[in-house]
Amino acid sequence: MSQPATISLTDTTSQGRRFRDVGFLVALWLSLLLALLTLATLVITTLIDGVPMLNRDFLTFFPSPFPEDSGIQSALFGSIWVTVTSGVVSLVFALGTAIYLEEFADSRSRVQRLVGLNIQTLAGVPSIVYGILGLAFVVRAPLNWGFTVGSAAATLTMMVLPIMIVATREALKAVPPSLREGSYALGATRWQTVYRQVLPAAVPGIATGSILGVSRALGESAPLILLGALAYVSYNPTGFDSDFTVLPLLIFKWSTEVQEEFRPLAAAGIIVLLAVLFALNLLAIIIRDRSRVKW
Amino acid sequence: MSLALDIPTDLRPSGNIRKQRRIERGVVAILLLIATSGVLVTTGIVLSLVAPTIDFFTERSVSDYGGDDFVSIEDSATGGVRDSSALDFGDESDIVYAEPVKFTEFFGSTAWYPQYGEGEFGVWPLIVGTLLIMLTASIVAVPSGIGVAFFLNQYASDRVRRLLKPILELLAGVPTVVFGYFALNFIGPNIAQRFWPFGDVGIYSGLAAGITVGLMILPMMTTLADDAMSAVPRSLVEGAVALGATRREVCTGVILPAGLSGIMAAIIIALSRAIGEVTIVLLAAGSQAVWTFNLGNEMQTMASYIGFAGIGDQPVDSKGYQTIFAVGTLLFIITFSLNMLSRRVVRRFREEYE
Repeated sequence: MSQPATISLTDTTSQGRRFRDVGFLVALWLSLLLALLTLATLVITTLIDGVPMLNRDFLTFFPSPFPEDSGIQSALFGSIWVTVTSGVVSLVFALGTAIYLEEFADSRSRVQRLVGLNIQTLAGVPSIVYGILGLAFVVRAPLNWGFTVGSAAATLTMMVLPIMIVATREALKAVPPSLREGSYALGATRWQTVYRQVLPAAVPGIATGSILGVSRALGESAPLILLGALAYVSYNPTGFDSDFTVLPLLIFKWSTEVQEEFRPLAAAGIIVLLAVLFALNLLAIIIRDRSRVKW
Repeated sequence: MSLALDIPTDLRPSGNIRKQRRIERGVVAILLLIATSGVLVTTGIVLSLVAPTIDFFTERSVSDYGGDDFVSIEDSATGGVRDSSALDFGDESDIVYAEPVKFTEFFGSTAWYPQYGEGEFGVWPLIVGTLLIMLTASIVAVPSGIGVAFFLNQYASDRVRRLLKPILELLAGVPTVVFGYFALNFIGPNIAQRFWPFGDVGIYSGLAAGITVGLMILPMMTTLADDAMSAVPRSLVEGAVALGATRREVCTGVILPAGLSGIMAAIIIALSRAIGEVTIVLLAAGSQAVWTFNLGNEMQTMASYIGFAGIGDQPVDSKGYQTIFAVGTLLFIITFSLNMLSRRVVRRFREEYE
């Protein structure tokens, strides 16, 4: 490949070199500014649009085609149902897969290679494709669950699973081998070692990864568009077979409405969603910083 | 497998060893079952995509909703070519048929109107829309993503880095529907409509969608590029600095070429994310699959079409319903190939230093 050593060393004091250095730094600052400005503008414009709408009625009213008495109650409960279910189920599957791959499987075995490759593939699949899978397999024929909370939770579980597996594997990898060897030396079996030594040591990492996976599920809209959740649902879900809507989809629907009155509603919904997501993110960051143990 | 077996008998744990071994074997079986269940998901994806796609190209579809949007009664009554077979069932005039879509039409036509009359199914407007929005997004995200990564990697002090990283993570955690709202209400009117030099830009434009998708993938691009740069051995950087290189020269002369494989992989992964984006494009670029190369127009991408088609509740097995799967298959193949490519790029162009 190319030679790294293309640095000209003859003009160490030349003006042009200094000038290019400064220009380069300015370009980097501008890039950084673009990222920071995006976040700031996004938050500020949404706050300006949405804060006047934020009150108790907004949280307790149900979504309706009439902007003046619309709220987010059923979407809030729908989001909680779907996100908590998919979070718990995918955590179980992610733990099982990651523990098997990291602690039990021979790293050269065929199963290990197959599963590893498969997870990489799944992680690159666009979320809408999970929506198609949910529509074709869960909503319709084989499972036939219809447009329900259960279908949505199943679809989002499949979507966040690769993210959770990767995070959990990283957390397990970060536990030093000496801890395992010590446990084996004292006569523990593999499972005893995993259960009593490795897992407790990996809890912060797993928690961080799970929180980020759950945030993905909470903010996701695309696959659920295919699952028929795009409607003004005027009752809370009562079980896995209920109709539902979720907060991101309600925001989506309000954003597509032509009437200007829906815009502050969408903005206020975004404020609620972002507040929860930022809180979750902050929690993940705190857990990660607190538990930065040097082994 | 089981380590306990290699330990001399007199050193074994005092508990019931046979019971321990049973537990051990049970645990391994359960874990193996869970680990392979992920493979089922992939199989499910492929199956759920392939079967309806084959139907789309080979089967005449029946739709028992006489009045649905995708194949209307009027067309069958007037004896459109696709629906002429409906005449075979004189007493069941509500049944409307759509002929299989020819492969040559799908990849040979530039008209995509699946919901009007008998429908036209040329996928090129969606492909071009996808490319245009992907290009716009990459113009926004690739240089600035690499720029921020350079800054984090070479210029920022540890403290600044610890401050900036979480902020970028926050930006990465913003849901796409929020970006969609932002595109529609801010990027569109304040940026796309003001600063586009080539003609008018409407409320819905590929430009606003592309810019916003670029901003959405920026933090991801940054993180991946930063990781690639961190993989460059310190000794190379130190060597360059010792020879009198400035920070800029280290970036462009050492980090960039040495980390090129990882940075290219980062670009490919970020672009594949852009291609699969639905919500932003759906909100900002409108719902018409216009055959156009002008970013100021409305347009649809493959992904946003799938979302759009999913909004209407269509009868199963109608041609309109099947387009979701046909386009989905195309999208899956493209993103899958891109991800394979990124892996190959990393392997092929990696500079080995140890």
